[in-house]
Amino acid sequence: MVAVSIKDITYGYTHAPVLERINLDVSRGEVVGLLGPNGSGKSTLLKIIAGLIKPWSGSIEFGDGMSNRPVIGYMPQVDGIDLDFPITVEEVVALGLWNRSRGVMPWHTSRYVREKVYNVLEDLGMSSKAKSQIGELSGGEQKRVFLARAIVHDPELLLLDEPTTGADPSTRDDILRMLHELNRKTKVTIILSTHDIIGVAMNLPRVVCLNKRIMVDGYAKDVLTKDNLLRVYGLIDSM
Amino acid sequence: MNELNTTLLQPFQYEFFIRGIIVAILVGGVNGLLGVYVVLRGMSYIGHGLSHAVFGGAVVSHMLNINIYIGALLWGLISSIAINRVSRSGKVRADAAIGIISTTGFAVGVFLISSTRSFTRNFEALLFGNILGITYLDMIVIAVVSIVVVAFFLLFNRIMLFTIFDRETAKVYGVRTDAVDFVFSILLAIVVIATMNAIGVTLLAAVIVAPAISARLLTNNFTKMLILSTVIGAITAFAGMYVSFLFDSASGATIVLFSASVFGIVILYRVHKQLHRRVIHKHMHKWDHEHH
Ligand SMILES: Nc1ncnc2c1ncn2[C@@H]1O[C@H](COP(=O)(O)OP(=O)(O)O)[C@@H](O)[C@H]1O
Ligand SMILES: [Mg+2]
Repeated sequence: MVAVSIKDITYGYTHAPVLERINLDVSRGEVVGLLGPNGSGKSTLLKIIAGLIKPWSGSIEFGDGMSNRPVIGYMPQVDGIDLDFPITVEEVVALGLWNRSRGVMPWHTSRYVREKVYNVLEDLGMSSKAKSQIGELSGGEQKRVFLARAIVHDPELLLLDEPTTGADPSTRDDILRMLHELNRKTKVTIILSTHDIIGVAMNLPRVVCLNKRIMVDGYAKDVLTKDNLLRVYGLIDSM
Repeated sequence: MNELNTTLLQPFQYEFFIRGIIVAILVGGVNGLLGVYVVLRGMSYIGHGLSHAVFGGAVVSHMLNINIYIGALLWGLISSIAINRVSRSGKVRADAAIGIISTTGFAVGVFLISSTRSFTRNFEALLFGNILGITYLDMIVIAVVSIVVVAFFLLFNRIMLFTIFDRETAKVYGVRTDAVDFVFSILLAIVVIATMNAIGVTLLAAVIVAPAISARLLTNNFTKMLILSTVIGAITAFAGMYVSFLFDSASGATIVLFSASVFGIVILYRVHKQLHRRVIHKHMHKWDHEHH
């Protein structure tokens, strides 16, 4: 059954479209990677699914037990965020509980919030950094924190924009392992973007190659062929 | 000693002085509080723009014999919304857009004053601040505004934090970020207008921004920053207002000089701390070498 159905989406920021006639069905509990070079429209597509951007044409439909406003866990590309902001790790994660559908309610105590936050930080191996400033962390640690915020409210759908970019290889593998485990346990549907072919895309069950249009879609091992990558990335050396 | 005491306390006999001091403390505190959001959003220019723009509204309402608060508020809201819109449209650079909107508003005011040559005395207070320009109504307005602003932040602190820290995710999670912006603009416009007579429109931007940056340099904690900025704002405004009476200087200018001094002291303190740390570090290093 289809959980997220992307139907014929076209969108551009100026007159020129950056996404053209995107059609994509994602089943409940699937893990899908959007792979493409910089500027290929990965972030834009994730924002459209998240409801941040209204496409020129086409629509997003949610099904298979998801309400038409599913509980989303969102992780933005971190480069849009001011990391000098005076905020600690636990405060960042607690923001994730400010959620319309599955967030903190007036009857929840601050102890409840703390427990939720610390549990998820523990799972991601970050509980010792709970009181640190977000700006004091390494790139990989910051990724973990934003991931923690994305999952703290047990979302039905995870939208992760480059969740491993800037992390060192071992952190990257940790994050991927953790996502697979979460997916296995909670059946959360995950759509993530990446431009990392070897480190990320190879380790995902399904890969969608994107460059303004969907070029290929399928099992990682079928998709990640030299011919396909040439088509998506244009030039071999831009890989 | 006794004589000095009486000189220093003497102004407190005057009702207008007490009124001025109360207004100054409230104005300093509430601007300090709002300033944290303004600074962290990287919108320091908005206070500058808004205060200048509002000057036009104040003059127009004075000429049309409308209550200055109502006239200026209307004008301020429109400017504020315009500034917000333009600065997020991405077509025109925000600083340029605000430059035009605010200077035009200011020019309208100056044009009307200079062409009619009336009530110039009154508007000097509006430009640079004067304790004598503060009315009973100002005191009531700023008191009410302070209560509203503090209540707003107590209720919506987390939502404000989410919006300024990570607007995109806040939106995905159901925070109505546009509404947050709108309400914040309205609050800022109201505070600017309630502050005008005490500080003066030309100097108001510093009163919004200076306590917040001083506070930022002193703490890494958001809540502490809010409290510190409010306290610094209130204290510098109190000191400035008091001294402006003693020296018969413009109150806005005196207050700004005080907050600038605090900022200077904070910078010196930071430099001192850094040097100190470096010296300790060096010594430990030496010790390390000598003992291994
Ligand atoms: N806010 C914006 N305004 C204008 N153009 C944008 C904006 N965001 C992205 N773009 C453009 O849209 C295209 C796709 O961007 P994006 O979705 O961020 O790609 P990716 O995430 O794959 O790197 C790029 O050409 C980028 O320059
Ligand atoms: Mg991107």
